[in-house]
Amino acid sequence: QMATFFGEVLSVYSRAVEEDEDDLSENEEDEQIRRELEEKSRVVHLHWNPEVSECLKSGDKLQCSDFILAVGHNAARFLSVHALASSHWDVVGHSLLWNERNDSTTAKTAVESACVFHRQKDNPSVWICQVTCYIAEDQLFQWIEKVFDCLQHREMNVTVLSDSSVAEYKAADYLRCSSAPFLRSLHSSAFRGQSVCPSLEQPNIITGLPAAVLNHCEVHRISAVVYQCYSDVVGADSVTMETYKPVLTRLGKSIQLDPSPSTDVLRKFTRTNIQSNLYI
Amino acid sequence: MFFSSRNTSPCFQGFTLVMPAVAVGNVGQLAVDLIVSTLNMSRVGFIHTDCLIPMAGNNPYTTCTEDAEELHTPAEVYTAAEQKLAVLQIRAPIIQAKSKRFRQLLVSWIKASGFSRTIVLSSSHAYQRDDQQLQSAPMRYLFTPSLMKVSEDALKELGWREMEKVPAFPGLTDPSAEPRLYIPGGGITKGLYTDSCAEDIPLAVLLLFCSEGDNIPDAITLVNQLNDWLHLLDRPVSSTGCSKWKIPASWSLLFGSGIPPALF
Repeated sequence: QMATFFGEVLSVYSRAVEEDEDDLSENEEDEQIRRELEEKSRVVHLHWNPEVSECLKSGDKLQCSDFILAVGHNAARFLSVHALASSHWDVVGHSLLWNERNDSTTAKTAVESACVFHRQKDNPSVWICQVTCYIAEDQLFQWIEKVFDCLQHREMNVTVLSDSSVAEYKAADYLRCSSAPFLRSLHSSAFRGQSVCPSLEQPNIITGLPAAVLNHCEVHRISAVVYQCYSDVVGADSVTMETYKPVLTRLGKSIQLDPSPSTDVLRKFTRTNIQSNLYI
Repeated sequence: MFFSSRNTSPCFQGFTLVMPAVAVGNVGQLAVDLIVSTLNMSRVGFIHTDCLIPMAGNNPYTTCTEDAEELHTPAEVYTAAEQKLAVLQIRAPIIQAKSKRFRQLLVSWIKASGFSRTIVLSSSHAYQRDDQQLQSAPMRYLFTPSLMKVSEDALKELGWREMEKVPAFPGLTDPSAEPRLYIPGGGITKGLYTDSCAEDIPLAVLLLFCSEGDNIPDAITLVNQLNDWLHLLDRPVSSTGCSKWKIPASWSLLFGSGIPPALF
């Protein structure tokens, strides 16, 4: 990890790779024990409410026609405002995990966790998951495997809304960046719908949880689409949240989302002082 | 593990596998990109594992708008059936604590797939060379005994240099210390080679001493050397001196976005 001039902590990989330290075989046993302990501390735990755990315990998978994942504060708040503010949703579970930048293992309830699963009351096959915590690179695969293992794959549509910084977006034409925030999409080959925004151009790539979702869905032939929002504002703001609005029209078919929430709701979930930041 | 991207699982029996080691300067990965892009190889499957950091993007080898929207993942397998060639491309770093498991997973996949030989394209820190390694061209090879048995003549013709073993304790003359194989910055290269020797897998390592920076010239050097052996292209350099290896779309903007016009 490395701190930048402005103090943000970034995990950095050198393109130079450390050599395997297999030569240190004298301490192989110690090494093994240390590694096992470390692995144990990085396990992702899922906690479901009694009804859901009962269903899973009986060996059934959970019905899921639509799974909407919001990764990041803007995406999560967008869903809070347009969907979860209505009382048609139940909180059904949360995930707990530990890593260097996140310790949710002490959270006892879903409210305290930064990773919460919601299910629609009228149509329990519609799921929303809000993730606002940092999931480390070595925990992403495990998180996805555990969550998707609970859900019925057949006929499932996955939609991911994901926050990103415009600094991570590469374009030959610099002027195009001035239109931030903007959306780009990336979908698995099983996805048959129409995307609401341009597809992510080469040589751009995505990483983190959205990428892990796409990797899983591509190999297991699940329909999935990621909408990546590139914003130049640090933190949550209403302008960036608005960028996700076109996605509503696509989701609207299966889920009732409120296209124009009351100002009270909006005020609750957005900051009022929006400052564009030159240095991201 | 291996997942087919088609309805039938591909047959690799008798194929040559070319794969990179994620190593200094990403030379092996760049060289593999050149092969896939130039030979227009088709994707047949994925290596899906928790040992690699997840990433996703659209088609890195796109040539027109029609084929641009195709999802690509951290590790994918391509084939060119006429040439009996399979290529594994790895696009993400290996999670450090899981590199040993990733190696074991590759070795068992290579064994199960029935590849006739495996060629690992790799690199090593140029600055860590010792005096003998500083001499001559920067390319080195390593062949496992079972590959050496069948490729000895070809190897002689190529005139390559074998990767030198270095003293375990440089500067000390301890007669009992055996010189060892040392590939700094080579990632899983050494482990994959020693595992393959132990498991009797026909495997070759081609590696280049290099430094980080713009490693495109290194990748072209390495792929040209490989071409001398495998004859993937008839003449990799045209009569006008241009390289015939096709640079993929994903190599654009390697050094970042366009420059803000307000600067001027």
